[in-house]
Amino acid sequence: MTQTSLQSSTAPSQPQEMVLFLRPSRGWAALNLKELWHFRELIYFLTWRDVKVRYKQTALGAAWAILQPFLTMVVFTIFFGRLAKVPSDNVPYPIFSYTALLPWGLFTKALTDAGRSLVANRAMITKIYFPRLAIPIASVLGGLVDFALAFVVLIGMMLYYNFAPGSDYHIAVTPALATLPLFLLLSVVTALGVGLWLSALNVLYRDINYVLPFITQFWLFITPVAYPASMVPGRWQLLYALNPMAGVVEGFRWALLGTQSAPGPILAVSTTIAILILVTGLFYFRRMERTFADTV
Amino acid sequence: MSDIAIRVEDLGKVYRLGAGVGGLRPRQDYRTLRETLTSKLSAPFRRLANNGYEKNRQLQAAEDEYIWALRNVSFSVRKGQVIGVIGRNGAGKSTLLKILSRITEPSEGYAEVHGRVGSLLEVGTGFHPELTGRENIYLNGAILGMKRAEIERKFDEIVDFSGVEKFIDTPVKRYSSGMYLRLAFAVAAHLEPEILVVDEVLAVGDAEFQRKCLGKMSDVAHEGRTVLFVSHNMSAILHLTEEAIVLERGSLVYRAAAPEAVDYYMSSGLAKIGERIWMSDEIPESAAPFRPLAMRVKNRQGQVVDTIRSTEPATVEVEYALDDTIVGLRVGLYLTTARGEYVLASFDTDDMVQFERYRARPAGRYISRCALPPDFLNEGRYILGINASSYRIRRYFQEEQALTFNVDGTDAPGSQWPETRLGPVRPRLVWQIEGDASLGIVPDMDEGHFYDR
Repeated sequence: MTQTSLQSSTAPSQPQEMVLFLRPSRGWAALNLKELWHFRELIYFLTWRDVKVRYKQTALGAAWAILQPFLTMVVFTIFFGRLAKVPSDNVPYPIFSYTALLPWGLFTKALTDAGRSLVANRAMITKIYFPRLAIPIASVLGGLVDFALAFVVLIGMMLYYNFAPGSDYHIAVTPALATLPLFLLLSVVTALGVGLWLSALNVLYRDINYVLPFITQFWLFITPVAYPASMVPGRWQLLYALNPMAGVVEGFRWALLGTQSAPGPILAVSTTIAILILVTGLFYFRRMERTFADTV
Repeated sequence: MSDIAIRVEDLGKVYRLGAGVGGLRPRQDYRTLRETLTSKLSAPFRRLANNGYEKNRQLQAAEDEYIWALRNVSFSVRKGQVIGVIGRNGAGKSTLLKILSRITEPSEGYAEVHGRVGSLLEVGTGFHPELTGRENIYLNGAILGMKRAEIERKFDEIVDFSGVEKFIDTPVKRYSSGMYLRLAFAVAAHLEPEILVVDEVLAVGDAEFQRKCLGKMSDVAHEGRTVLFVSHNMSAILHLTEEAIVLERGSLVYRAAAPEAVDYYMSSGLAKIGERIWMSDEIPESAAPFRPLAMRVKNRQGQVVDTIRSTEPATVEVEYALDDTIVGLRVGLYLTTARGEYVLASFDTDDMVQFERYRARPAGRYISRCALPPDFLNEGRYILGINASSYRIRRYFQEEQALTFNVDGTDAPGSQWPETRLGPVRPRLVWQIEGDASLGIVPDMDEGHFYDR
């Protein structure tokens, strides 16, 4: 936002005073992650608020975090698994699709919440200063709690298919499991990157509110949630991987189901794109930030 | 380390009116539509009048698209100074505070702030209705920039100050508005920045809450912290600040010790004396169907005057038009002293008979006239405000400082002594003096006797 320079540190060990220069700024602004770090407790409290408030005054409460991916999985299983007979990399279709729905749910939720976050917190933005990045970051982090709840169900499903009579599915714990946090991080990075773009754009163009459901729907089709990425012809694979969520979903399946080979080339492209979106998103956000309070 | 807490040089902030997205300008469009309609209707008349009118108007519109909320403002504040900022609505006070608290950027010039700034542009920023009082204290504290440990340390004190201990684990949506405000202010009051920037926080809440806020503010002011305090409440400015700056249309026009600044603001800031006439472009759209036309003070002879005599009756008139029937309308006035203390508020349908008679007021032009009795106001300067509302339904129009007038104290009770009498009223009270010489029956005197004439 305002171009500021800290002449001296605010650390208590150096009782020098802090001087703030406020003047018009132009063009790109520095990310100032140091200041963001200084406000980490605010990010924590905002995340905590979002989580705490989300299912207040709902009859089913936090069960919604589980029901949403679970019911989607049921519908996918009936239509794609049974009727359309979509291949599922040799694991039961419910497990196959639910594994993908976990990061997918995290992604869409984070994307939608972050996209709307600045406008939703308009009152705060126009009344008090804090690094505005805290708001979309908190929205994205809030989705992790839902993810954790939904993840427990996946473990239950795996155990069920492992021990169910007549099932040829067996839980496969491979060293790849250790890479799971990296894929989780990749989906968070992607969601935050896109979320930053959309939230900053939403301040100026409320059209984003209407575009958001369309984006998530469209994105679902180009992500291997209901079908395996292997269905995409080989020569299109790298183009397909331009969607970072393709890498995330394939990575989740590789880490948790351990059936295919590592999604090497796809992952490299996806990661590069995700980081690119995040970095450009951060800078675009910082550039627009100075006008948020005036235009939101 | 310098002695200066805030230095502002040539600070300016420009806003673009109706700034929207390429072609999509809701307000502007609306206005255009309305203007189109009115210009169609008045076209035959306009042709008779000035031909260049429309062209001038368009040029004017292009220039009007940008508005300088603040321009060429320079001042500095020493450490530990408590400075009041006064000015009418739209004078740039809030913009100044928003720049100093980093919410928005200046468009030109610069400001230099030495020390940690805490800004209170509103109490309860970020309060969430679904969270409990306890949870909101933590959340709001973090938003205001307090560290978690700091909030924990002050938690009991905050709860104590708010007086809502019993409901601390109840969601704040179940709080009364008074409780909500008290809790919100309690958190804010425990912020300990080196520089505190406060905007109109005291404008909300009941009298008791305001008193509490004022008390806390004066504690803060006496702790040696630097405070920048914006208020419409002149008595608060006088109580809390040593010095004040006056803003008018985005410029700093005056800076002096608080009493002089308040006096300057009161006498120069309000252009209309004795009469206030509303131009159609001064009336917000939200006032419809109520349309204020004029408010005036008249003396006993029925002349519009800026000075009435304390010993003579006077009249306050509100002239207005209704474009549609309004049910339950009450048109009234506020009377305040030049220092902002309320003297009274009164409505034209306060009387039960009038109230029944004007339950619904049909469209048309009206004058509500209020008679001020003789021997009522003390000498001095007064401000009249107007309010038109339907109780608990809607406030159509309100202007707290519509006009000012003076009261001349010649021949008022006690004017044989050339001293200033305290208080806003100067009634001719009946005094009886009893004593040995005139009565001789002092031991027998009982209370009834004393008041008996």
